Amino acid sequence: MQEQKDINIQKHLLIPKHIKLPEDEKQKLLQSFNITLSQLPSIYESDPSIKELNAIQGDVIKIMRQSPTSSESIFYRVVING
Amino acid sequence: MQEYISKKVGAIEFGLFSPKMITKMAAVKIVTPELYDKEGYPVDGGLMDIRLGVIDPGLRCKTCGGKLKECIGHFGHLELARPVFHIKFVAHILKILKLTCRNCGRLLINEERLKSFLESLKNPSAEKHPELKKQELKEFVAEVKSTKKCPHCQEKQHDIKFEKPSNFYENDKKLTPIEIRSRFEKIPDDDVRALGLNPEVARPEWIILTVLPIPPVTTRPSITLETGERSEDDLTHKLGDIVRINQRLFENINAGAPEVIIEDLWELLQYHVTTFFDNEVTQVPPARHRSGQPLKTLTERIKSKEGRFRHNLAGKRVNYAARTVISPDPKLKFNEVGIPKIVAMELTIPERVTEWNIKYLKKFIEQGPHNYPGANYVLRPDGKKKKITDETREQLLEELQPGFIVERHLMDGDTAIFNRQPSLHRMSIMCHKIKVLPGRSFRLNPNITTPYNADFDGDEMNLHIPQNEESRAEAEILMQVQSHIISPKNGLNIIGCIDDAIVGNYLLTKKLEFDREEAISLLISIGVENSEKLKKFGKKVSGMEVFSALLPSDFDFIGQTKGSTRDEKISVVIKKGNLVSGYIDRSTIGEEKGTLIRALYKEYGEEIGIDILNKIFRLGLEVLLRHGFTTAISDTDLPERTRLSCQSLIEEAGAKVNELIAERKAGKLEAIPGYTEDETLEFKILEILNKARNAVGEAVSSTADENNPSIIMAASGAKGSILNLAQMAACVGQQALRGKRIEKGYKERTLVSFKQKDLSPEARGFIKRGFKQGLSPTEFFFGAMTGRDSLMDTGLRTPKSGYLYRRLANALQDLKVEYDYTVRDANKKIIQFKYGEDSIDISKSEGGKINVKRIVKEVLGE
Repeated sequence: MQEQKDINIQKHLLIPKHIKLPEDEKQKLLQSFNITLSQLPSIYESDPSIKELNAIQGDVIKIMRQSPTSSESIFYRVVING
Repeated sequence: MQEYISKKVGAIEFGLFSPKMITKMAAVKIVTPELYDKEGYPVDGGLMDIRLGVIDPGLRCKTCGGKLKECIGHFGHLELARPVFHIKFVAHILKILKLTCRNCGRLLINEERLKSFLESLKNPSAEKHPELKKQELKEFVAEVKSTKKCPHCQEKQHDIKFEKPSNFYENDKKLTPIEIRSRFEKIPDDDVRALGLNPEVARPEWIILTVLPIPPVTTRPSITLETGERSEDDLTHKLGDIVRINQRLFENINAGAPEVIIEDLWELLQYHVTTFFDNEVTQVPPARHRSGQPLKTLTERIKSKEGRFRHNLAGKRVNYAARTVISPDPKLKFNEVGIPKIVAMELTIPERVTEWNIKYLKKFIEQGPHNYPGANYVLRPDGKKKKITDETREQLLEELQPGFIVERHLMDGDTAIFNRQPSLHRMSIMCHKIKVLPGRSFRLNPNITTPYNADFDGDEMNLHIPQNEESRAEAEILMQVQSHIISPKNGLNIIGCIDDAIVGNYLLTKKLEFDREEAISLLISIGVENSEKLKKFGKKVSGMEVFSALLPSDFDFIGQTKGSTRDEKISVVIKKGNLVSGYIDRSTIGEEKGTLIRALYKEYGEEIGIDILNKIFRLGLEVLLRHGFTTAISDTDLPERTRLSCQSLIEEAGAKVNELIAERKAGKLEAIPGYTEDETLEFKILEILNKARNAVGEAVSSTADENNPSIIMAASGAKGSILNLAQMAACVGQQALRGKRIEKGYKERTLVSFKQKDLSPEARGFIKRGFKQGLSPTEFFFGAMTGRDSLMDTGLRTPKSGYLYRRLANALQDLKVEYDYTVRDANKKIIQFKYGEDSIDISKSEGGKINVKRIVKEVLGE
């Protein structure tokens, strides 16, 4: 159990890259899709894959996944409490 | 642009009926449980009072004066002797009880706290996720509920307990509806608003019924039986119970009966009112008919599959439709449907009379409804519908003029929509052209059974006839068979050639050669007449040339043959409309993978695409007709040499297995990591036996004659495989249950004919004989075991996966790709940022991918 604390799952091969979006880019994103935050898919603050990012409620996380159809697919999720 | 909307729904408000409102809108006060008097006339103030609406034709409504279908009915009302709970609101009652003070009726929270919370909820600047809001609200409500002392009047609060179906207790003392109602009356309007109710339309005390609205008779019409007896609707029965008990309760109260009796009657009234709303409440015995069958009351009318929504609103029945058994007709085109003459004479198409077609339409009327092609009805401009009969025909002919509409019989070429349930994808309902045929079944080309998932073992299908120009145009533009050759699920053709058509073209392009005359006669018989290519035919014409005659002369194509253990994959090349190398088989013209068909469709569009496909199909059939093709048991005859080698292959495998078993017994077998020695042994045995069977298959296929029809069918991909053939000719192979050799049966053995712990192939379900040779009794039994298992499996899986699919389709039904390529749901919430992550329209791709190389080649002109 003690060992698990040291594992950074961000470095795991199967976990796609998670980035916290800066405020200006976040606004740009909301504008480009013409949406409000609540229309984005959500992610829990306690999600293991964003633990290292110190993201708080309302932040937007950018996820870059490897996709079999397009080489890389970009996904955004808004952080919610819990 | 002007909008032609005279009235628009601005808002919808949901509320509760107040007792005052119920009395006000009621046309009748119900006072007696009797329905009819001695003359059979409805009693005044009874449940069938004539002021509640009309259900008999010819009568007029006492309240509004409307006739049968004009008057929609009027509510009545019933004064309840004692208030009762509305069963559908018990959850709300409990909540409100817990949230408000038992003494002053205020919310159990001080005003500032309430205010600040409400504001934080509404505050638009701090936008929160809806899930989060829900969570916060839940916590706040829990806080209010747990308050032990009223902050307004300092009254101590007690625990409220709820017992199903409708009993409330405060400190083990039962709360009557009267008490609860008086508490609710005390709640001030502002607090009602905080509870989420609008006090103008929904005061909490209105939840507890003091007056019951009596639904109009039109919602519960009685049926007159053949004997002249009247049979009342379930709802009327239930209402009768309520009125009867209510009256008894009144009488007892007025007579000053003991409290116990009154309470019993009150409870009975509560029961009847509860079952009137919902007869399937848990812990309430359902009210029943005298026959013991439960009554269908209000909730059951609405709920579930037979309810109003799924049965009547989502699943409406329509006119101008037909349904019968389907059967195949390879002479039909792909986009045609054969319909029986009797159907054609029953279903009609309305045609408007004009100056130019009046003569043409008069002919139909002259024929009448009993001769084909005739007409059934004439619609006059004043809206009167006249049936054409021998008596009316002359007169109708005389008065017919432009503006009339004639409903004529269906004829060849009319548009129809054809469908088979379950309609799982859009190809389950397509538009066909009608072909009127003798017989009593719908006919369709066997090649289009795949999109419908139909077969001819008794399947029935539905046919609909669009009734106006607009719907016909819509069907023809969106739904025609030729528009659905390419499936949207993978961009491959879902319609292609099957069975004989594949064999025919395979033989034609691989082996056959004709004389010039023969070749031309063949092509003409399938309707190819003016091809330039016919003129270029030499004295001897190869099958490839004949096939090429169907192709456009500027068509280029490179594909591959199917390939098998016998034949290697080779490329199929078409240059300038000529098949230069390779041959045609399933991977070029078959369904799901017919690359040639897809290429033709892409190049030349739907119309030419389906036309060529149709000709390819007919050519295949015609070739087989002239060449002759049959299959027989003798196809599986093996030369003596092969038979022996097969036998020795199996014997060798048996010997190897015995060796392994001996090794295991001696304890010398080394286990595969993660498995026990016994498991390792099983794996190894399985491997050996499978290898043996495959080797037998190869031996069979390599020695069989190239002209063997069974081999041809397998090689062209039309039907069957080498494996099937090997099973018939030489060896059926290992029978497996749950991925293992057969184990069950008796103690440590499968059948009594074997010794215990016998692991040899024969004792564990290996069938070494072929079907032709015949199985031994034990082998047959093993075969029956797996056969039954797979039958059970499919029988159980089909309904399960069907329900799974239904749920999935319902969950996804309003997802949509927006113009910015995002996939969103009905709330415009984003599901995917780019459709399919690459925003490719699958139906326009080649198997989900875009062939950039090919496009570049095309654009550059090679």
